[in-house]
Amino acid sequence: MPMLHTVNKSPFERGVLESCIRLATKGSAVILIEDGVYGATKASTASAMVEEAMKDLDFYVLSSDLKARGVDESRLIDGITVVDYSGFVKLTVDNDKVQSWL
Amino acid sequence: MSDTKKFLFVNRKAPYGTIYAWESLEVILISAAFEQDVSLVFADDGVFQIAKGQDTTELGIKNFSPTYNALGDYDINKIYVEKESLEARGLTVDDLLKLTYEDEDDDWAEKDSIHVVSSAELAEIMDQQDVVLSF
Repeated sequence: MPMLHTVNKSPFERGVLESCIRLATKGSAVILIEDGVYGATKASTASAMVEEAMKDLDFYVLSSDLKARGVDESRLIDGITVVDYSGFVKLTVDNDKVQSWL
Repeated sequence: MSDTKKFLFVNRKAPYGTIYAWESLEVILISAAFEQDVSLVFADDGVFQIAKGQDTTELGIKNFSPTYNALGDYDINKIYVEKESLEARGLTVDDLLKLTYEDEDDDWAEKDSIHVVSSAELAEIMDQQDVVLSF
């Protein structure tokens, strides 16, 4: 059953993104919000983990939180979809359940 | 002033997820009024505080990053950024705000306030302080 996972913590400070990736089932969607958006950037110590996880999970990142933190979309890992608030709402509707990783 | 102390503010949190970065900046600006010898460190996720291009319009919260540009005017010009923290996050000094000050001992020449230092150099800087405040 499709589930949307939200991650709002930086992967450099907490292990939340790692836990989410470990426990999310294949075909699930993960949206990175708030400080979680730092996990969407390439060339970091977290990039390889996310790139590997993208084989089984669809990754999204919230544009407003990227802009607030000065993260340019050119720095994102290829294949991560940028969504606005409407896109975030659509993801919550399209999936049966939402799990918020805190 | 004989009772000037060396103060170090250590910033290790990303800017908007928690209130630490903003609180730290407020205390730093207050400390400037007391004419102390202030240095700042940005390490771990703290390096994100001084990332350039921040725009919080869509979040409806204050973008306080322009305030860092004022630090030079308060004689706060020793800003140390840990090299290892930048590298772990795929960042370089070019991704950061360009923070400068005017050197009164050098005909008010504009100079960079940011110094990228290694962990070993940072350890040395921390060791030399009278007071260390961590955020």
